[in-house]
Amino acid sequence: MAQHDHIAASHTEHGHGEGMDKKRIWSVFFVLLALTALEFLLALGFVHHWGILEKGMFLNVIYITLTLIKAYYIVAFFMHLKFEKSGFIITCAVGFILIVYFIALLLIEGDYLLYHFQEHPLYPHP
Amino acid sequence: MSTTTVSQLDKVKDGPWSGGRSPWNLEYGKIMMWFFLVSDAFTFSSFLIYYGAQKYAQPSWIDADKVFQSIPGIADSGQPLVFVGVMTFILIMSSVTMVLAVEAGHRNAKQEVVKWMLWTILGGLLFVGCQALEWSHLHHQGFWFGRNPATGLADPAAIAATLEPYFTKEISYTAALQFSNLFFTITGFHGFHVSIGILLNIIVLFMTLNNTFERRGTYLMIEKVGLYWHFVDLVWVFVFTFFYLI
Repeated sequence: MAQHDHIAASHTEHGHGEGMDKKRIWSVFFVLLALTALEFLLALGFVHHWGILEKGMFLNVIYITLTLIKAYYIVAFFMHLKFEKSGFIITCAVGFILIVYFIALLLIEGDYLLYHFQEHPLYPHP
Repeated sequence: MSTTTVSQLDKVKDGPWSGGRSPWNLEYGKIMMWFFLVSDAFTFSSFLIYYGAQKYAQPSWIDADKVFQSIPGIADSGQPLVFVGVMTFILIMSSVTMVLAVEAGHRNAKQEVVKWMLWTILGGLLFVGCQALEWSHLHHQGFWFGRNPATGLADPAAIAATLEPYFTKEISYTAALQFSNLFFTITGFHGFHVSIGILLNIIVLFMTLNNTFERRGTYLMIEKVGLYWHFVDLVWVFVFTFFYLI
């Protein structure tokens, strides 16, 4: 128990020296809001309204990039991971290398199934 | 516990790898919450990656803009993305109020913690309410676990005609079915997480009101529940992109 209190106390003293004050919280919020607004501008404005862009690989890459930036802001600032010890950051992040591998694995598998096991009927769109 | 003995031992070995100091300077419960969230991220990743694999395996896929078109109570169709935009905003907003509660906890400002926790709980309830509306709308259209609007029809022409409003490219019954299954599974699993989050938020709100954290001298529990709540928001960012945008 004494150990627990010690860590909790030192945590509040040092851990949050460079942490999140109210100003920073709201600036992160506006970054997230701006990125989400940009996604809606692309989807509703550029694709639906003006018809400048078409749904496809190019747009998907933009959407996924914006998503990853948003994820970084949430994890780094809201979840405070950026201010933790680097050892802890690495411990939490390193497993996601396997997720990257898993994505490659299953998308290749899906693509293979498309060309080798396709037996579902398709109807032309009028 | 005799502390003098411990500190003497610490003097002998106090390097980062020989004990005697906390290498991560984090409280045990917080580390465990992080490890839980990492494992939960794997679960959600698997769901979303399987969705991607199905999309790659089908020659045609449903057009999300044509499925999610309604704003409950305002418009039945023709408004893609607007309602989910509102939901996304609600969840980001409740994430901000959560982090404000954590910040108030650092200053031991009980009243502020209570205020921001109440806003966070309200945001969570609104989000789950919106999701319930969206689910019921899709259910009325004929989408459900193991079912799409054309389920039960035998005539290919009738199947094609029923599913035609949801496709821009070729119409595929299997694609519509897999979309339906995965949509309800993944948003359902996410909604379950939001519901648990609301419950945890309510519990820590009552603990705050009960002066539990004041007596403990730290509002660390708000931080731990906050981590979970931000994770729920994080998952939604990905669900939103892969189900509604792409």
